[in-house]
Parts: sequence; C-alpha cells; structure tokens
Amino acid sequence: MNSRFLPLLATVAIFILAYAVCYAQFPAMLSTRVIGNLFTDNAFLGIIAVGMTFVIISGGIDLSVGSVIAFSGVFISVMLRDTGLHPIPVFAVLLLITTLFGAAMGATIHFLEMPAFIVTLAGMFLARGMAYVLSIDSVPITHDFYSAIQSFYWLMPGKGRLTFIGGLMLVVFIAGMLVAHRTRFGTNVYALGGGTHTAQLMGVPVARTTIAIYALSGFLAGLSGIVFSIYTSAGYSLATVGVELDAIAAVVIGGTLLTGGSGFIAGTLIGVLIMGLIQIYIIFDGTLSSWWTKIVVGMLLFAFIVLQKGLVWFTGRNRASAAGTS
Amino acid sequence: MSEVANSRPLLRATGVTKIFPGTVALDHVDFTLQPAEVHALLGENGAGKSTLIKCLTGAYRRDDGDILLNGEPVDPRGTLDAQSYGIGTVYQEVNLLPNLSVAENLFLGHQPTRFGMISGREMTRRARETLSQYGLDIDPARSLGDFSVAVQQVIAIARAVNLSGKVLILDEPTASLDSGEVKMLFDIIRSLRDRGIGIIFISHFLDQVFEISDRVTVLRNGRLIGTEDAANIDRVQLVNMMLGRELEHETRETGKTDLAPGAPWLEFDDFGKKGRIAPFDLKIRPGEVVGMAGLLGSGRTETAETLFGAVTHDSGTARSRGEEIELRSPRDAVAAGFGFCPEDRKIDGIIADLSVRENIILALQARIGWARPVPRRRQAEMAEDFIRRLDIRTSDAEKPVGLLSGGNQQKVLLARWLATNPKFLILDEPTRGIDVGAHAEIIHLIEELCAEGMSLLVISSELDELVAYSHRVIVVRDRHHVAELVGADITTDNMVDAIASAHNGSAT
Ligand SMILES: Nc1ncnc2c1ncn2[C@@H]1O[C@H](COP(=O)(O)OP(=O)(O)OP(=O)(O)O)[C@@H](O)[C@H]1O
Ligand SMILES: [Mg+2]
Repeated sequence: MNSRFLPLLATVAIFILAYAVCYAQFPAMLSTRVIGNLFTDNAFLGIIAVGMTFVIISGGIDLSVGSVIAFSGVFISVMLRDTGLHPIPVFAVLLLITTLFGAAMGATIHFLEMPAFIVTLAGMFLARGMAYVLSIDSVPITHDFYSAIQSFYWLMPGKGRLTFIGGLMLVVFIAGMLVAHRTRFGTNVYALGGGTHTAQLMGVPVARTTIAIYALSGFLAGLSGIVFSIYTSAGYSLATVGVELDAIAAVVIGGTLLTGGSGFIAGTLIGVLIMGLIQIYIIFDGTLSSWWTKIVVGMLLFAFIVLQKGLVWFTGRNRASAAGTS
Repeated sequence: MSEVANSRPLLRATGVTKIFPGTVALDHVDFTLQPAEVHALLGENGAGKSTLIKCLTGAYRRDDGDILLNGEPVDPRGTLDAQSYGIGTVYQEVNLLPNLSVAENLFLGHQPTRFGMISGREMTRRARETLSQYGLDIDPARSLGDFSVAVQQVIAIARAVNLSGKVLILDEPTASLDSGEVKMLFDIIRSLRDRGIGIIFISHFLDQVFEISDRVTVLRNGRLIGTEDAANIDRVQLVNMMLGRELEHETRETGKTDLAPGAPWLEFDDFGKKGRIAPFDLKIRPGEVVGMAGLLGSGRTETAETLFGAVTHDSGTARSRGEEIELRSPRDAVAAGFGFCPEDRKIDGIIADLSVRENIILALQARIGWARPVPRRRQAEMAEDFIRRLDIRTSDAEKPVGLLSGGNQQKVLLARWLATNPKFLILDEPTRGIDVGAHAEIIHLIEELCAEGMSLLVISSELDELVAYSHRVIVVRDRHHVAELVGADITTDNMVDAIASAHNGSAT
C-alpha cells in the first residue's frame, strides 16, 4: 500500500464514523435533505478550500481568502445597487480583480522572496480595508437574477435539494481534482511542495507556477464571494472573518500535509463535510453551544497533526528497513 | 589529438567566469565538447567543476563568457531552458523530489498528455520501459522517497538521459552506485555516445574516468589547467595536473600488523537485529582500525547502525572495559563515547545555512549539553584546526556550509564527528566524493587518530583503501559477517574472494 494514501483513508474513516454516530442518535440525518443542506451551507467554504489545498500542497499559505470573500460581497452589492449592471458582467470584473490580486501576491512571494504568511496577511488586511472603503453597512442584494439562481435546485431522490451553489462547489472540486492530478501544472504544485530548489533544478518553472497558484486561490476566493452573496443575498464588510482558518482546518483534516508536498483535493471535500457534519449535529442536538464546533474541530486538527507526524516517522523507519543500502 | 577533436564542436564555452563573494569560482575557463565523446571534468574539491556545469545550463548566471551549441550562441536561463536545447543534467546535489512518484520524477515537465490531460497509464508504461533499461523492476506509481539512495540516483540519471537530445551532463553520478550499477550506467553512456551525444562526466574515481572517457579536462582553483586525450595521459600525470604536486603514493599490499596486542576494550557478543543483520561477535582493541568490506546492501550499514543504536539491537550484549553497557539509542552510544558519520550525508548531515564553524561544533555541543556553550574562541580554534587538517576549501570558517563544494561539505561532516573526540568512531564511506589529494590526507588522519588510541570501524567500497589502513577486515555478505582477515591476510584478492565466495558458515 502506498503510504501517501493513508491520511486520506483516515479522513474517510473519520467521516464514516462521524456519520454513523450521528445516524445512531438522529436517524433523520441519513437523508438527502441533510446532505443537500451540507453542500449548500458549506459551498463557499469548500470552494476556497480547493484553492487553499493547492496553496498548502505547494508549501505556502493564503490568509487573504476570508477577506476577499467579504470584499467580493460588498463589491457585487455596491455595483448592483449603484450601476444597475447585470450581475454577470459584475461577476466577470470581480473575478478578474481577485485573480489579479492573487497573482500579485504570488509574484511578491516569489520575486521578493517573502514568506507567504506575511504577504497574504498583508493581503488579508488590504482586502478587508477595501471592503470597508466601499461600504461599512450591510448592503442587501435584490435582483431578479439572484432570486432565479436561489430558487434553482435539482431535486435529489428523497426530496433533498442540490442547490446551484452546492452543485457549483462539487464542480469546483471535480475540476480541482483534474487539475491537481491530471495536468502538468498540478504536478508542478506538488513539486514545489517537495522543495523549491530541487524543483528549480529539475526544470519546474517556479515563478510561473507560484504566481498561478495564488492567482487560482484568488480566483476561487472571488468565486466563493459570489456564492456567499447568493447564499446571504447581501454584501457585508464584516462577513466571513476567520473563514481562511476554517479552510486551512478543512484542508488539514482532509489529510494534506501542512508542510507541503502531499495531499488530495478529494480529502479536502471530506474535510469540509466533516466540519459541516459537526455543525449539523449541534443543530440537531439543540442543547449544545455552537462553540462545540470549534472545540471538536480543534481536537480533530490536533489528532491529524499527530497522525501525520506519526506517519512521517513510521514511513521513515519503514524505508530505512525495507530499502536500506549496504 | 584524435579525429573527433577536429570535427565541429557540439558545445563550446569560452572565457566562462563566475565570481562568488570572496571566491573566483571560475576564471576564464574554456571548454569544448565534441559530438560522440565522453569528456571527463576533473579537479580537486572546490576546483569549480559543478560551478562550470551550472553556468553551462544556466542554473547560475555566468559573469562572463560565451556558450555556443552547434556553432550557435545560446544562453540558457535555467534548467528548463537547457532541457529545451537538449541538454540533460544530473546535478551533484540533486535528490529529485521524494514526495512525487517515480514516474512523475522521471517525466516532470514532459509528462505524456492526451487532450491536455496527463495520461497516467501511458506515463506508467513509459516509466516501466525506461526503468527496465536500467534493470530496475519497481512500481513507478510509488513515491520516490520509498526507495534507496542508489535507486534514486539511477532514476535521476534515467531522467537526464531521457531529456538529453544532444548533451548529457553527469556530476558525480556514481558516488552511491555499486559496481554492477556503474557497469550498467557505462553501457548506457557508451550507447548514447555512439548515437552522437556528447557526455560530460565528473567523478573522483580515476579508474572510472580512464575506463569511460575519451578526453579529460582538468580545473584547479577555478582555472583551466588543460585538456588531454585520455589515451595519452596516465594516472600520475593526471593527479599532478589536478593537485599541482606529486601525490606521495604509499602503496601497501597487505593490511597493517603494527598493532601492539592489547586486550579489547569493546566487546559485542551475539549482537544483532532481526531482518537487518544476523547476530555477530565483534571485539575492538584500542588504536585498532577495523575495516568492513561487502557489496552495497550486504549489511555493512546495518551493522554500523545497530552498533550505534540508530536501530535498536534485539539480541546480544555490549561491554565496554568489561562492564555491560546499554546501547538502545544513539544517545546511549554517544554517552559511551561512540561517534558515527553516516553514509547518506546529503540527507542526515549538513545544515546548509549554518556556518562551517557551527556545523563542526554541533555534535560536540550536543554531547556536552546546550546549557554549557563551547567558548567562541575555542570554537574558532577547533574550526581552524579542522579546516587545516582536512584541507577544507572555504574562504573562511563563517561561510554557510551550503555554499561549499560537495566534497568540502563532506569533509565538514567528518570534522563534526572528529571534534567530539570519540573513543570509537564509525565511518561509513568516509572518502566518497572526496578528491585524490584529500583522500590521502583522510587516510593519514585515520592513522594519526589511531596512534592517539581511538578505535575505528570504517566501511568502504574501495578495497585498496581498506588495505591501506586496516588492522582487521570483516567481510559482510547477505546480512551475515562471513569472514575476518587479519594483518598480512588483508589483500584485495582475499577480500574479493570472500565477498564473492559461496556461503561458508562461520559468522564472525
Ligand atoms: N552559491 C555559492 N556561493 C558562494 N560560493 C560558492 C557557491 N557555489 C560554489 N561556491 C564556491 O565555488 C568554488 C567551486 O565550487 P564547486 O562546487 O564548483 O566545486 P567542485 O569542483 O564541484 O568540487 P567537488 O568535487 O567538491 O564537488 C568553491 O570554493 C565553493 O565554495
Ligand atoms: Mg561538485
């Protein structure tokens, strides 16, 4: 068995276990209705988590995504309110802005040799600040196009609703998997995570790849902003504070190594679903404080980091005994 | 000059200059590579060989000089660029990417695609095909990191060969290969040469250089000393060109017999670890050098790791001066006065960002505890002492080790263990990647250390070297200690026989 898949298997096992526990207590949780809600409620988180997975696999981090979602919501609502444009061109402009914003951060990280942590922290403040500049108040969105999208869904067997944004998240995950595993760009991302210097000597276009990774994360943050505005019908500069940390948590619970070089997009999807499941459990229970979500997520994170350390240690020893030379 | 030298050169570099802060690594070096030739690039550690090839492939920006490929000026801006000109390279320090699969490492940047998507099946198929040429039957989908350094090295070579349409550059490719693998590599090099590819080959093994090369170019201190046909030059002349002096060559036919018979101070009885090394007995006397011979994978490194506690033994006992000692971890071993300089120095040794001085002092400081820092003056003295004794080529003791040449980094690691002044030092392949001059000095140093009463266990693939310094040689095969040669019985022939002969019982 390839040890690379172990964290992914652990994630799947935890998800099945968690679902079994939920089902044992609340049999109603095993319905497509709950699953539909799981997708809809976590669509915006899932989309940025895909971008975050790429960033973390490459050995970086992107702290700006939460702020970019807030900026996107405010940008869309203000544009719709003040210009009377149709949402589609507004979306296009927004995605262009956030993609360029990500690309600029990637370029700074690569060319100025600055830690991703610092650069994207600056990006986080910048994006949040821009949102405030556009509007301090929550701006409601009322547009026929929005109502149309919101009422659009696919009825799953069992009366569950797969909404537009839930479906979009799934599409993003599938596209992400294809890019990660079936394109040269995807392999280059893993290569960067394995070691920038070695990757460079092997002929990986390090500059181009780094910029593209953060541009992708920026694009997906913009897309997530659109999804979030559809989900809430408003733009608010104080929204989605700390969501970047939720995304990082989902990625790590999904089995991606925080140090880079190893991980799976599919794992991230399950990571997002595990986090959503905990929330639903708390809602079903009704007596627990929602802070329990944070506590359980914290414990899971800790467990995963220990698991990964253990794996690294274990495979290291295994290698020494299986393939040791002379 | 041979007739190949008269045809139009494949690659011609003129006046290549590279200046690092504090060092002129290359000073107007000219180099030409003909099509269909194997051209060896030789020189001491730090002579500038790796720097020259990095300037040729654009991994370093050269400060001056021109490069012509097939008569056309080219200016590769990096490995990717060089690859597109048909120049494939195995860099000295390259380890490939352990987190990617074998197939991905082989084809990174050139993966076969269909409709823009990587075709995994096609890639696996081609990877299998490539690997089988090198006699490797491994699953290309597994992570590269699962395999031994030797296998990784073969994969790095296979990758470079795949990418080299015109020029193949190999910087010390054979350092971690056994003789069978070297033979296979040389067959591949010859067949590439016959297809018209020019090959640049860097190595410190002069036998290999004479075996494979058509011409040799020698660098010293960043300057070109000369280019000669390999057929017109002998070993002594070549060493003179490299060192700029004669190497006083003390050849020895048999092992040493000068050790005063004393009582062993270290005794290992029935010591072993299941699956790694069969239980063995080993007695070590003060001032003794015990050599260890055997093929790659025979159990030499496993013996060393078990003795040092890096792998905990599951049978037997260890006694030091008659008292039983615990040897369950490297910590125990260090406490008992052991030192261990491992084979795989690239992975578990050098801390590239720390200075030469800090790297040398590291193990000593760890032994006496971080609460009691070695005084700075003392550190500087020790560093200077080892830089002189091991002839470490560095502009000063404060230079980060990562900026030293490959061979000089290895000397720093050796110095680190010598600095702890152990009573029993285990050296695994101490002279690999080290030039002929420094080689002689290290053997000299080993002799000095023994005269001071230190005991040594030295693992080496170079049998001549074992003859030169061993009092006793243990031959390992199939994870068993199969023979022990003492004093006058230690000859290369006897060792070869013992390594090759069928299993003849008595584990030493
Ligand atoms: N990046 C760098 N910065 C500063 N100095 C460097 C750098 N790279 C190499 N040098 C210096 O340039 C000189 C030549 O080094 P190079 O690596 O080319 O030697 P080499 O001939 O390949 O030796 P070896 O046989 O040990 O590999 C050395 O003195 C080294 O310290
Ligand atoms: Mg070198």
